[in-house]
Amino acid sequence: MNAVSGRYVGLLYAAPAILFVLAFLVYPLGQLFYTSLTSASLLGGGEWVGVRNYVRAWNDSQFWTSLLFTLKYTLYITPILMGLGFLLALLTADNTRLKKVTRGVIFLPVVIGLAVSSLLWFWLFDQQVGLFNQMLVDVGILDRSITWFTEPTRALWAVIFSITWKVVGFGMILFVASIQSIDREITEAALIDGAGYWQRVQKIILPLSYRTILLATLISVIGSMLAVDQFIIMTAGNPRGQTFTSVYWIYQNSFVFFKLGYGSALSIILMLIILGFAAAQIILTRRRAET
Amino acid sequence: MSSIPSGMSADIAADAPATTQWGRTGEQSVAVGSGAGDRRYLIGAVCFAVMALMLAPIVLSFFTSIKSPSEASQSPPNYLPHTLSIANYDKIYHFQAGLPTYLSNSINVAALTILFCLLLAVPAGYGLARFKVPGKEGWFLLLLAGMMIPYQALLLPLYLMFSKLGLANTHLGLAIVHTLLQLPFSVYVMRHAFEAVPNELEEAAVIDGCNSFQVLWRVLLPVVKAGVVTVVLFAFITSWNEFLAALIFMNKETQFTIPIWTVSVRTGRLGAVDWGALQASVIIGILPCILVYVLLQKYYVSGFLSGAVK
Repeated sequence: MNAVSGRYVGLLYAAPAILFVLAFLVYPLGQLFYTSLTSASLLGGGEWVGVRNYVRAWNDSQFWTSLLFTLKYTLYITPILMGLGFLLALLTADNTRLKKVTRGVIFLPVVIGLAVSSLLWFWLFDQQVGLFNQMLVDVGILDRSITWFTEPTRALWAVIFSITWKVVGFGMILFVASIQSIDREITEAALIDGAGYWQRVQKIILPLSYRTILLATLISVIGSMLAVDQFIIMTAGNPRGQTFTSVYWIYQNSFVFFKLGYGSALSIILMLIILGFAAAQIILTRRRAET
Repeated sequence: MSSIPSGMSADIAADAPATTQWGRTGEQSVAVGSGAGDRRYLIGAVCFAVMALMLAPIVLSFFTSIKSPSEASQSPPNYLPHTLSIANYDKIYHFQAGLPTYLSNSINVAALTILFCLLLAVPAGYGLARFKVPGKEGWFLLLLAGMMIPYQALLLPLYLMFSKLGLANTHLGLAIVHTLLQLPFSVYVMRHAFEAVPNELEEAAVIDGCNSFQVLWRVLLPVVKAGVVTVVLFAFITSWNEFLAALIFMNKETQFTIPIWTVSVRTGRLGAVDWGALQASVIIGILPCILVYVLLQKYYVSGFLSGAVK
């Protein structure tokens, strides 16, 4: 291998993956953008309509309801996931046998499917046969079992509860890695100085975990903004379309109503919102690194 | 869960006098040290309580799946089964096209996804890690672009494209979508795996007259085995669990994968939910994930961290 041919050999090895991404990511992305500017539907159509689909989104009250509901979901669940994940990381960060096992168990629901776990919780929350309801009655929190999915706020909290169970281990594992990477000398110095446990958490662990917290928050925010499986399965958008998320509303327009042009425009809008969150995170990380 | 807040308040109380003069007083360690034994038991108890809470839903689901169908649908429900029965499993075994069909659908799609991820990501990781490629980081970013673009937004154009190509309703088409989802992570893992291999190994092979493909196949691949296992593991889990694309692309009942099948078990034949059968199908859906996780936990957690922390 000489240096010149080597350059192209390397590219040749990467070529299949690059072609795959061009064919199934870049090309569909262009197609999506083009379709969003047409009136395409299952029945045909497809004339150029310019930005009309985007104007329509602006005036679509269900689009706003879904977007606000998604934001609300994200705003509620992210602090819960981060806070609880961090507390669980503090609880299990040492590498004793018990704590390793605890970590492994907390992480377990992360590997099972979202659809399956949503069905599992759909059952636990059921008014007639749900054992979660039954448990709330047995410990005296509820007088009798209730329906969770007939009222939007209650449905939202039921989904948040189930998703917290499912993914809290995700943040925890990231935080454990970050806590374990803290230099032992710093902790020992603080101990010698007589710092109590919660002082060490506050003055050492939290500041040194800043980047990880930001990263975990970003992943959690993006994941929540794209939430759909759990709502399709647990609430089906009910009651009266009040629990549609953004992706769910895109799915409805694209694959239930077959308004392809409009569905595409909604997809582009969502993608821009997600990119906005990612950009904000990068700026935050950089700014912190500079100071 | 109730023991966590009380444990915390005890701690905060112990540290309260010194919060404003951190690092000055020596009494703190004494105060903490005296309660260290009790605290260890408390922390142990909290660990067990947390584990019980996390495992309860799965355990209760399993218990319900082995109740008799009538007990599984009884209200109010029992926590523990009073009757034992495999009737629920028997029922879902014969549901619609039969469990073997759905299992083989899911396994086919997962196997194709694993194959594609390896065929694309191993050479790409090798090419980007071991060669001087012009515009290397640009190509790498292009391969990682899928991380920034939500695949949910691409399902519509992909669906239209696959309809034209005859890939809608096929396992191949769904596997392509799952590969698209998993490729950025796979390329990332493989590139780092190849970069970690010392140069000497490769140079010795080149002196022995190996061409670059032989170097990859005979010399490097055995060394980057951990990376390959990580790619396979994550491709399997992603593909086995993926719901939305499968829901959209698989319209024929006989083509359903396991997540879609579990949802159709809930809908059932008559509209009323068959709870016992549903929990049996949930257990079937969960079981392979748990097995893979327990057996390959080491790869799973390290792969997970390398994927997220970059």
